[in-house]
Amino acid sequence: MTAELGHFAVILALFVAAVQATLPLIGAQRGDAQWMAVARPAALLQFLLVAVAFGCLTNLYVTSDFSVVNVAANSHTDKPLLYKISGVWGNHEGSMLLWVLILALFGSAVAAFGANLPPALRARVLAIQALIAVGFYLFILLTSNPFERLIPAPANGRDLNPLLQDPGLAFHPPMLYLGYVGFSMAFSFAIAALIEGRVDAAWARWVRPWTLAAWCFLTAGIGLGSWWAYYELGWGGWWYWDPVENASFMPWLAGTALLHSATVVEKRDTLKGWTVLLAIITFSMSLLGTFLVRSGVLTSVHAFATDPARGVFILVLLIIVIGGSLALYAWRGPQLVSAGLFQPISREGGLLFNNLVMATATAAVLLGTLYPLLLDAVGGGKVSVGPPFFNAVFIPLMLPMLAVMAVGPLLHWKRGDWRAAVQRLWPAMVAALAAAAGAWALVTDGPFLGPVGLALAAWLGVGTLVELAERLRLGRENLGRSLARLARQPRAAWGMTLAHLGLAVTIAGMTGAGAWVEESIQVMAPGDTVRLAGYEFRFTVSRDGRAVVVLNPEKRVYNVSGQPTTEAGIETRLTGDLYAVVGDRGTTADGRPGFVTRLYFNPLVAWMWGGLMIMVAGGALSLTDRRHRVGAPARRGIAAQAAGAD
Amino acid sequence: MKRKHKRLTFAAVGLALVGVAAALALSAFEESIVFFHSPTDVAEGKVEMDRRIRLGGLVEAGSVQKQADAVTGFRITDGAHAIAVTYQGILPDLFREGQGVVTEGRLRGATFVAEEVLAKHDETYMPPEVADALKKSGRWQEEAGKGAAKTGGPGK
Repeated sequence: MTAELGHFAVILALFVAAVQATLPLIGAQRGDAQWMAVARPAALLQFLLVAVAFGCLTNLYVTSDFSVVNVAANSHTDKPLLYKISGVWGNHEGSMLLWVLILALFGSAVAAFGANLPPALRARVLAIQALIAVGFYLFILLTSNPFERLIPAPANGRDLNPLLQDPGLAFHPPMLYLGYVGFSMAFSFAIAALIEGRVDAAWARWVRPWTLAAWCFLTAGIGLGSWWAYYELGWGGWWYWDPVENASFMPWLAGTALLHSATVVEKRDTLKGWTVLLAIITFSMSLLGTFLVRSGVLTSVHAFATDPARGVFILVLLIIVIGGSLALYAWRGPQLVSAGLFQPISREGGLLFNNLVMATATAAVLLGTLYPLLLDAVGGGKVSVGPPFFNAVFIPLMLPMLAVMAVGPLLHWKRGDWRAAVQRLWPAMVAALAAAAGAWALVTDGPFLGPVGLALAAWLGVGTLVELAERLRLGRENLGRSLARLARQPRAAWGMTLAHLGLAVTIAGMTGAGAWVEESIQVMAPGDTVRLAGYEFRFTVSRDGRAVVVLNPEKRVYNVSGQPTTEAGIETRLTGDLYAVVGDRGTTADGRPGFVTRLYFNPLVAWMWGGLMIMVAGGALSLTDRRHRVGAPARRGIAAQAAGAD
Repeated sequence: MKRKHKRLTFAAVGLALVGVAAALALSAFEESIVFFHSPTDVAEGKVEMDRRIRLGGLVEAGSVQKQADAVTGFRITDGAHAIAVTYQGILPDLFREGQGVVTEGRLRGATFVAEEVLAKHDETYMPPEVADALKKSGRWQEEAGKGAAKTGGPGK
């Protein structure tokens, strides 16, 4: 019964979404308040229905109802409760249901908290949201029904893939989806603005918190995913430039650009067309990400079994959404006239530079990710584009951005003085040179990028603190006044400072783990030792003869699937991670039986995830800023506009 | 500066960035694109020595041998031809005889020296290239393909 109830709820949600997608849009066009008013209750009802459907599926998993194909294929009675629940989205059908649940959640949030939005804008935004939802409901009902029955029901299920039975991956998909789908808000606002033909500071003030929230979730989701790959897969690495990883990284890059350009729209009333375009691109990247992961068209190191038929459906959906919105942009975009003028050297100029680099980087990652598909489509052979390509293109693009990133916040709006800004950054310059020299002295034979990366991290980190000190007028006024200013800083300003600091820490971690990783592969018998990075690995790891830490790498065999998994033994320290993996049986060089072991020293790698956490904290702090809570300033002439919209 | 000049400045910076990116991409493409080949391609001499490629197929039954120094030797077959492969390191958990595998490395004489054995996260997964190679050599079994299509991926 539960499965049928859930299935029925999805069908009802489709109909509600269809109504929500049409009536309010027509109503807004005609200025019919009653038709527009349909949007809010419809959005809430739609969320309720999807929540019921999702609740039904969760219930089926928790009660282990194996008469449902999806549950039988991905669950087992012996599975811990956490993984029974995470099993709901640990498979294709369930994860799509999670997708629409989050989409409906965001829609209902606009309906519930958007009381101060102009009615026409609200109606249009909710209609666009519903339009996206219709596509995904159809996708679920036609190709990926999670409620399909299996008769006769098997005695037990086939269990969830053991690699996914991990706390890191239990929460990774919901985080990632909150990010992906969160960008649908910016998209809907952008399309609504194109239909209305106006974008103003108030519009940006509504769009920014949604984008920021999505960005925080996506950052956390990517961080969790990379952490999971690091400790669960036992390959010692944390990022492989794999299509599945790129799929989540492209919306992040575009979303980061959007976050910064929306600031310019809000503060300076300019860059409007560009911001709207970025909103469209960001959500398009999210859809593309869903497509790449779901369709199985690309061989990925994270590849799971997939069904190409679904890929075609998503591809069509993708073409309609991206093609349609870009066509609308081409038609209506020129109407968005920007007001403010600014010099290239200014705060706006700096933010625009960030945008250009981020957009170029997105394009580069997109090219590398889709190139194998394109080449195969024209019959050019099967290829893969690996880390060397992405590193060669991405890193040189990021270096100037990081350099400018410390300067940008010190420039004034409209017209900045870069000489004065750079002069004030002398402590950052000193820190950068010290970091580079220190790195050079410690590791003389490492790659050139090592010292450069650490120098940039120091430059950005100290530069961000210099900017904070400038804002507090530290040293130029007495300390008491500066401290008073410290207390008065708006949370959004703290958010920016924290996020930039977090990036500096992340860059340091990436540089350390990327440039100076040490690894060794050998067969070890009990009692054997291997020296690596100054540490002596035995079955207990020791340094200077004193036992430092015991690592416990494991091989686990799961009962149901019989699939073994490798659990790395990791000791995290500030200077780096000791990382050990045990493999198959083997024979040592002198003929004794032992095990294959792979040992790593990953310098500074924990800094990367620490930095990501700081970035997310910065974003979250900025979200609680007063100006978001108080609400956007009322648009001039809202009443008039609502009454006589078009 | 006039409005027009400012726009030109931004356009110039943007174009310069795109140009730099394109130049970087083109120079990186030369070295970092890795072609996929089947054992038949290798046997027919279509593969350059010492160039980084991907070799995929099925791990031939009974071919896996543990050698000294953490090296594993095995043969990859597409039914028509089989190529000897060596790999030093820890094989993925799902590496088994008779199953599909994709390796990345270089051809050294008659042996393919793999630097990476691509892991898969799902027992029923068959890399699309391997499926194609098997179809080409006529050894594709519908059953294996069906098994792969049934299970969904995870929420990643």
